[in-house]
Amino acid sequence: MTKERELAVATTYRIIVCDGTTCINRGSRNLISRLREQLERHGLADRSTISLSGCLGMCDKGPILVVNPGYTIYGNVTEADIPEIVEEHLLHNRPVARLAIQEDHLYNRFFRVFGDAKFFGKQMRITLRNCGIIDPENIDNYLSLRGYEALARVLTDMTPESVVAEVEASGLRGRGGAGFPTGMKWKFTAAQKATPKYVICNADEGDPGAFMDRSAIEGDPHTVVEGMAIGGYAVGASKGIVYIRAEYPLAIKRITKAIEDARAHGLLGENILGSSFSFDIEIRLGAGAFVCGEETALIHSIEGTRGMPRPRPPYPSVQGLFGLPTVINNVETWANIPVIILDGAKWFQTVGTETSKGTKVFALAGKVVNTGLIEVPMGTSLREIIYDVGGGIPGGKKFKAVQTGGPSGGCLPEQYLDTPIDYESLAKAGSIMGSGGMIVIDEDSCMVDIAKFFLEFTQNESCGKCTPCREGTKRMLEILTRITEGKGRAGDIEKLERLGNMIKKASLCGLGQSAPNPVLSTIKNFREEYEEHIHQGRCRARVCTNLVTYQITEKCVGCGACRKVCPVVAISGTAKKQHVIDQDKCVKCGMCFNTCKFDAIVKV
Amino acid sequence: MDNSKITIAINDQEYKVDPGQTIMQAADKCGYRIPRLCYHPKLSIEGACRVCIVQVEGIRNYVASCAYPVANGMKIYTNTRELRQARRDIVELLLDNHPLDCHTCDRDGNCELQRLAYSMGLRQRHFEGERKQYEKDLSSTSVIRDPDKCILCGRCVRMCSEIQGVHCLTQAHRGFNTVVMPAYNQPFAESVCTACGQCINVCPTASFIEKNYTQELFEKLNDPNLITVAQVAPSVRAAIGEAFGLPPGRNMEGQIVAALRHMGFNYIFDTQFSADLTIMEEASEFLERVQSKGPLPLITSCSSAWMKYMEQFYPDLIENISTAKSPMSMASAMIKTYFAEKIKADPKRILSVAFMCCTAKKYEAARPELNVRGMRATDIVITTRELAWMVKSSGIDFVNIKPEKFDEPLGLSSGAGAIFGVTGGVMEAAIRTAYELYTGETLIDIELTDIRGFKGVKEAKVMLDGQELRLAVAHGLGNAHQALEMVRADRSRFHFVEVMGCPGGCIGGGGQPYPLVNSLPLDEESLKLRAQALYGLDREKTIRRSHENPDVQRLYKEFLGRPLSEKSHELLHTHYKPHLPKGIVSPNLKVV
Repeated sequence: MTKERELAVATTYRIIVCDGTTCINRGSRNLISRLREQLERHGLADRSTISLSGCLGMCDKGPILVVNPGYTIYGNVTEADIPEIVEEHLLHNRPVARLAIQEDHLYNRFFRVFGDAKFFGKQMRITLRNCGIIDPENIDNYLSLRGYEALARVLTDMTPESVVAEVEASGLRGRGGAGFPTGMKWKFTAAQKATPKYVICNADEGDPGAFMDRSAIEGDPHTVVEGMAIGGYAVGASKGIVYIRAEYPLAIKRITKAIEDARAHGLLGENILGSSFSFDIEIRLGAGAFVCGEETALIHSIEGTRGMPRPRPPYPSVQGLFGLPTVINNVETWANIPVIILDGAKWFQTVGTETSKGTKVFALAGKVVNTGLIEVPMGTSLREIIYDVGGGIPGGKKFKAVQTGGPSGGCLPEQYLDTPIDYESLAKAGSIMGSGGMIVIDEDSCMVDIAKFFLEFTQNESCGKCTPCREGTKRMLEILTRITEGKGRAGDIEKLERLGNMIKKASLCGLGQSAPNPVLSTIKNFREEYEEHIHQGRCRARVCTNLVTYQITEKCVGCGACRKVCPVVAISGTAKKQHVIDQDKCVKCGMCFNTCKFDAIVKV
Repeated sequence: MDNSKITIAINDQEYKVDPGQTIMQAADKCGYRIPRLCYHPKLSIEGACRVCIVQVEGIRNYVASCAYPVANGMKIYTNTRELRQARRDIVELLLDNHPLDCHTCDRDGNCELQRLAYSMGLRQRHFEGERKQYEKDLSSTSVIRDPDKCILCGRCVRMCSEIQGVHCLTQAHRGFNTVVMPAYNQPFAESVCTACGQCINVCPTASFIEKNYTQELFEKLNDPNLITVAQVAPSVRAAIGEAFGLPPGRNMEGQIVAALRHMGFNYIFDTQFSADLTIMEEASEFLERVQSKGPLPLITSCSSAWMKYMEQFYPDLIENISTAKSPMSMASAMIKTYFAEKIKADPKRILSVAFMCCTAKKYEAARPELNVRGMRATDIVITTRELAWMVKSSGIDFVNIKPEKFDEPLGLSSGAGAIFGVTGGVMEAAIRTAYELYTGETLIDIELTDIRGFKGVKEAKVMLDGQELRLAVAHGLGNAHQALEMVRADRSRFHFVEVMGCPGGCIGGGGQPYPLVNSLPLDEESLKLRAQALYGLDREKTIRRSHENPDVQRLYKEFLGRPLSEKSHELLHTHYKPHLPKGIVSPNLKVV
């Protein structure tokens, strides 16, 4: 018996399979039965447990499987890999290097939890602290990691006022986008005499490509439940509502189970933990309107009317749901609360920057090596996120811009890469924190086209109530569309700026007030691209179809493949001679470009 | 020095104003007129059009002055260069998505969007692009919905739900595709729309207009085979002057008669006459129920929008509804029977035209229950607005025309008939007659001030021969809902309930003239003046009780016999049946 084998025999293994939406879609559930079968086969069943967890954040590498002890994270695991993992790692204690995510890097603060993965190096997980570690559907898992201890503490040792004061002192600001100080919001509601009061968790995450809230709830629903209960105690509310979009079935299932389990444990309901505080949570499903993430629209939706924002003041903290004082915070904000209570405002303040405390979760996406869910301390620079956590730009391409803050954020070019992530700095740079979308853009993207993409989204999702947003974004979109089609006119950029600035200042709600951001920020930072489109008919990224021409170079060997696929017979040439594209006939479908095996066709 | 006041600055000028009001309200009192569009003082704050934006120092974005409260020390700017451009651009954005067929539009010259575009200095367009295109909804007998002209100010939606309690209209879809429509985009005719026409009154453009029957009428007026007979509702004469630039509240009765004769009507009768007739029937019906302990309270039924509302939402109260027809339908019934016999004419040759303040009367006229001896009783209903247009189109100098009198035998009316047009009027008229019919004594103090005025639900008590009668009056369907819920909760709470579908009663009807420049539709001052015109008409008359009207007495003597006679029942009474909206199975509005 080898030494490794000896060691392995002595060890009890705990294997965690990620049960987040992305990993499930990538087949993680098939791994479980295979794993079980292999453990049986090798007589390891008695000494191994398989547990499920929420999202680890490394979604592009799913399905994820973690073998403990040893914190070995395996990515892109297929069923076929299971016998190898079991035999090599579990039986012979030889981790399968080709699947392991960890590389040989310096020690990082998550080593104890996740081993030495560069992905986690600059991360700091407060709200996601349990994600990927506990079984989200098992309340005992949560309880074992100090779950509901914060709630117990506020109910036994703290007055509602001192809870509000603690949250205020922590400097926590709303993670939904606007960054309003959470403690102040709570204070307003606590001061109201009208009852009943409500606390609402805004889980109506609608940004394209964003999945912070979904993953947080899928990975650790109890922290949201606990945070809301603490909030309810602090402001004097007896009822909580989780407003979550119906498109998140797994998150809904888990938060529902968490609420039921908490109720069964006396952590929700009448006289929680024997105190005089009673609080319960119900779930309301959103029907998929982006604008319902706006707090007044969300309230209308819960009340059963059309989800349209209304002018503020009065703010929901004074007149909210059914006209009663209501605290609305988003998932991430709520998830911070138990930690602030447990570790104290003083500790929380040490994380982050002068004006922005704590961490922020981002859904990192686009042209970056590691896409997924990350949580970094406020003040981390964009460069650190993109190059250290994100692993840089794939394919040796050049970085062009990063778009933060979801569809209504701005696009920041290279000179802003050292901008620290906090509310003020991002705003100063011309973007927003938003709820945490972060999309990396490389040189293959056309900035006009990107602006058009985001505006198309907000245009579609405008509730249609106020004129600037409903009509104005439509006109902006029409102008952008014609620019990308090569029909831009002199003065179009100025019209976009004129409309954009007006819409920002005159719209009723945050959706309209931020909808022009992608356009205005790309005009500010990439004006020359707009000008090239309009005046030279050129798209430097060669994305805008109408502005691209396909040409055949001398690399052509005359194989005729392009001639055969061209649907409009625009290509002519004889065998073994360089072919030619008739530009008058070409419809720019790109079939020839994709077909050529000799890189002889270029986009100009 | 008033300490309760706060100091604000508007355009660097300081003002002392009351706290607790919006910037717009404060600015109005300081002599400013911030441009506005979706704002309406009777409706909730929408904040949608963004025309009334102002700049407040310390706030990055503009704020909607209709919604934002003033605060001490606030510095407000209403007319900066930047704001002027923003407002102008916002109005242009509305125009860019508007048909701009102003010359052929019903509201040409009377359109708030047109006025706004003019005052914003929109002489050039910068942003035109795609324009929405929808089918017009022509299904209703009364109201046409034209979404192309809608600028989504939401006034109709708020009116329909907040004031009228009908909840027929809502915004649907999102973004550029947003459109106002009934639930499930049902045609108006199949929806819960009561045809009250209040959406027309508050619409700033021509997105809602009445179905126009003037061309048809002009055609028929030229048909020599027809005997054309008109009747004119009380509220028409109190309001039509406004369409000719006169202040509200001028009684134009004589001018209307003269103008109609000019247009070629053979006979011109007064709906106030048949209002007296309605009182005879309804007061008798009320006394009968009081004496025989029939279903009480008795609830009036002269308002057509109310008829539909009640059949849809209060079918459980149908037994309480008066079976007496409305004055319009009674007049038409008498025109096609009594009058036809009198002039020895075939009633089929008679064209009965009603000039009403109301769009719902067009719906009422088409109700088959109101047919008389197999004929449609009222052939055409024309609103005050349409009448004003007909007069203009006929080249009549309406203001200066020599007034003329209504024709006999259906033209003489009491003061009680005149006040039918104001909320509380039917009740007041009915009590004047019921009291005398019951006690045999004449009611001396005939002005029931408790049920006058514009409070939503008014309650009063009168003593009838030692018995206390509890009365309630509601105007506007939202208020009707309040009153009817009281009835549902306690059937013995009231003896008699008057319901009028429109705010203020018929004087605030959905067919009344558009407001003058800078005054708002349903402006309470205008309503008061219109009401005063009718109360004045009552006071001027020597006969102020319906039963004293000699022509009514003659009608009973020569034709009907007595109130509630068999003939009366045949010609002057109708019936109602539940008309539950789609998807609703119980009167308690349970949606399936």
